[in-house]
Amino acid sequence: MNEITKIAPTTRPDDWATDQEVRWCPGCGDYAILKAVQRTMPELGARPENTVFISGIGCSSRFPYYMETYGFHTIHGRAPAVATGVKLANPELDVWIITGDGDGLSIGGNHMLHLLRRNLDVQVLLFNNEIYGLTKGQYSPTSRTGTRSPSSPGGSLERPAAPCAFALGAGARFIARTIDTAQKQMPEVLKRAYYNKGASFVEIYQNCVVYNDGVFDQFTEKKSAPQTQIWLDHGKPMLFAAGTKGLKLNRETLRLEVVDVVDGDVSQVIVHDETNKAVAAMLVEMPFPEFPVALGVLYCDPVRSFDESIVAQDQKILSSRVADFEALLLKGQHWEVHGNPARIDVEF
Amino acid sequence: MATATKSIADEIDTSTGIATPENVVVRFAGDSGDGMQLTGGQFTLSTALAGNDLATFPDFPAEIRAPQGTLFGVSAFQINFGSNRIDTAGDAPDVLIAMNPAALKVNLSSLRKGGLIIADSGEFGERNLKKAHYAANPLEDDSLGAWQLLSLDISRQTLEAVKPFGLGNKDALRCKNMWTLGLALWMFGRPRAPIIQWLKGKFANDQLLQDANIAALNAGHAFGETAELAGPLKQFRLEPAEVTPGIYRTVTGADALSLGLVAGAKLSGLPLFFGGYPITPASAILHSLARLREFDVTTFQAEDEIAAICAAIGAAYAGRLAVTSSSGPGIALKTEAMGLAVVTELPLVIINSQRGGPSTGLPTKTEQSDLYQAVYGRNGDAPMPVIAARSPSDCFDVAIEACRIALEYMTPVMLLTDGYIANAAEPWKVPNVSDHAPFPVSFHATPPAEGTKFNPFMRDAESLKRVWAKPGTPGLMHRIGGIEKGYDTGNIDYSAENHQRMTDTRKAKIDNIDRSIPHQAVEVGPQSGPLVVVGWGSTYGPIRQAVELVRAKGHDVAHVHIRHIWPLPANLGALLKGYARILVPEMNTGQLKTLLRDQYLVDARPLNKVSGQPFRIAEIEAAIMGMLNQ
Repeated sequence: MNEITKIAPTTRPDDWATDQEVRWCPGCGDYAILKAVQRTMPELGARPENTVFISGIGCSSRFPYYMETYGFHTIHGRAPAVATGVKLANPELDVWIITGDGDGLSIGGNHMLHLLRRNLDVQVLLFNNEIYGLTKGQYSPTSRTGTRSPSSPGGSLERPAAPCAFALGAGARFIARTIDTAQKQMPEVLKRAYYNKGASFVEIYQNCVVYNDGVFDQFTEKKSAPQTQIWLDHGKPMLFAAGTKGLKLNRETLRLEVVDVVDGDVSQVIVHDETNKAVAAMLVEMPFPEFPVALGVLYCDPVRSFDESIVAQDQKILSSRVADFEALLLKGQHWEVHGNPARIDVEF
Repeated sequence: MATATKSIADEIDTSTGIATPENVVVRFAGDSGDGMQLTGGQFTLSTALAGNDLATFPDFPAEIRAPQGTLFGVSAFQINFGSNRIDTAGDAPDVLIAMNPAALKVNLSSLRKGGLIIADSGEFGERNLKKAHYAANPLEDDSLGAWQLLSLDISRQTLEAVKPFGLGNKDALRCKNMWTLGLALWMFGRPRAPIIQWLKGKFANDQLLQDANIAALNAGHAFGETAELAGPLKQFRLEPAEVTPGIYRTVTGADALSLGLVAGAKLSGLPLFFGGYPITPASAILHSLARLREFDVTTFQAEDEIAAICAAIGAAYAGRLAVTSSSGPGIALKTEAMGLAVVTELPLVIINSQRGGPSTGLPTKTEQSDLYQAVYGRNGDAPMPVIAARSPSDCFDVAIEACRIALEYMTPVMLLTDGYIANAAEPWKVPNVSDHAPFPVSFHATPPAEGTKFNPFMRDAESLKRVWAKPGTPGLMHRIGGIEKGYDTGNIDYSAENHQRMTDTRKAKIDNIDRSIPHQAVEVGPQSGPLVVVGWGSTYGPIRQAVELVRAKGHDVAHVHIRHIWPLPANLGALLKGYARILVPEMNTGQLKTLLRDQYLVDARPLNKVSGQPFRIAEIEAAIMGMLNQ
């Protein structure tokens, strides 16, 4: 929805990289995300000194050490809470939260809920690899039922959380989804998230080469991707498979259906209206492989951000009240003692 | 000074019937819905306006609306006031005002023998008696023979007084507390004007309730004036206490603490950020500060205790004076984040309004059992300064001191107060903020020399505090976090020698703080001698009074009261070693005692009480005498 104007970059991608050696496993999807972020920052017109990356604990949460910006590697699950303090203390800062499926949806699920509900103006990048990597491979809240791991040798029994559905339920006003290897599309998604005034939730499917390798292959493999991915574009028909298939809203069942597009006739195909929450609710949980995986900006319907509301209320208060500390100390009933034996004058 | 031993009856002038005691202890007790805290608060104000020194003890149930008439629904407010120095809310009430049978039953045992009971006989019906587990009406048998009894139908008197206003029975009876307050004002010769003024403000939008409450107040007062009472109802006259000239108000600990934080922010030149989550008895601080936004105060009600402290840490990183506040269980939740503040060396004030524990414990009752938690309760070697307030008004100065230490040393600081201090009120000589030395903060803003990297852990050679560079500053981009950082670079560094060095440095920085805090003073008594009573926090009043009583009997006993719990004042060890015996009264099972033994290898002996109630003076006095006679 937001108009993205082309900005002449004042920085180069290199300016956003630190001298620290990157310590992720070779082949980790995090490298690709880091590269895409560093490549996108100049195009946003962002300034390193005005940017803060805040993370929790986990593989993804090492991210701030590699960004030549201000950064805070906090404690497990708490990045949204720390970010809230940073943003409220200085709303001028660009604040990015880096988290994972365990950090953001398990130990820190509560903070994520409230950050999204309050609509604080930050970008949340949730790296979803459906596994606990840093602790050596236990199943995570997004692991599919049956995932075999050191803590679930017989296969996990829990039903997984769907991050974008969680975000929508929490009241997020911007929800997007992308893939670590989607170097072409990711900058666009990041830009949209950056320019959205409010909490921008971005789920990034990220491959863990060591503990959960290939878990997303069914829809990330280059060859089958056109059939298995649908990239959404506001105001455009929901098409995939090189325009030969589309999504239709069945008005009887109120469900989406995959339809063939013959001779370019898209009359049956639903047009993506990213402000439509009901459709967003279907997109975030489309069953795979019956449906393609929905990617891009799934939902965007901005409202005033939490920090903006606070600033507005502060301005209102400052324009109507005087900060007189001496008077504050005397607020309410007080009295003056003039000497002993005490003579007392009362004031109200 | 004696509050524990004297009888008011001894001091009645038989020609006028007016008693002139040095001090009186009054307890208002009723159902949670009877408005006893409000009545007590207004009586406190009128007492302060009369120039008496005073101390109060609000004691209310954890239940918001406990079933009417029950024993666990009793709410009480005790006030001790007089023409002498008052440090405690008094051991035993001289006057008990009981608004129903349950209030009488719960509070009778603490009433001084020979003391006066004023009971609302209108509430002593069969139903209420049964709820209070009375088999017979105590107002009508001789079970109250050890006390003086004035049985009045306050309910009926109130209904008659407010009849002209046509209120429903329920609303009319809600004016009972004002009738009772009117009677109390008469008993102590107090003017009604300030209370009427207050009622006009409180019911500014409801003329009917305003008129009815004022009428009830006046009627209670008139009852005392006109009733031909041959019985025990007497008037009391107390001379004003000797107090330093100046402007005074009453203040609760929670209010004084909030004002102190705002003052600390002013003295530092930084805007204040407060992250909190509702919890008894700490919420009052959040409420106070939320009303002070025009003083550059941001309050954030977080989703939980962890988020409250983490948001404060984030705000500190971004350059604010950051504060979080809770009570024991909430502090426990914040513990991991405190470690983060320690290792990232960010300034932060953490307030613990202690309550009875463990776990949920006694949410509305007082205790000081979180000292171990404050000093020792974190993973890893995570030293943190700890300071404690001794009284409601002391909270103001202690809050400023906590802000100063946090900012001058770039460290989280734990400020201990408790449920008693938070809710209790006392007269407060309104301070002049300019009496406090400012501690302005300067952020690091110099970019590193060409070809070098900025090290956020660059330190002041003297204080060892690290530099504070806030986001938004060009050229100083840096990353901090919970992982150990290199002493010379600020980058991640797991090496053995670096961790040793950083741990030693963090410890030395906190140990150094004893250079900037005053030497421990002796409150009263000799600098060395047969016995010292050592306390901290809200036991100040009863210890002080007990020591005075023992001294009056000729024993050269001293009182030392510690504000700086960690690090301890530099001279404390030598000071304590000058006394033959050390007694440490605490509302816990001996936590400061352990700390003193550990730090100084002294034979500190505990006196412990964990009943949820403050110490009585007599309890401490007996312990001192027992120890002297050993």
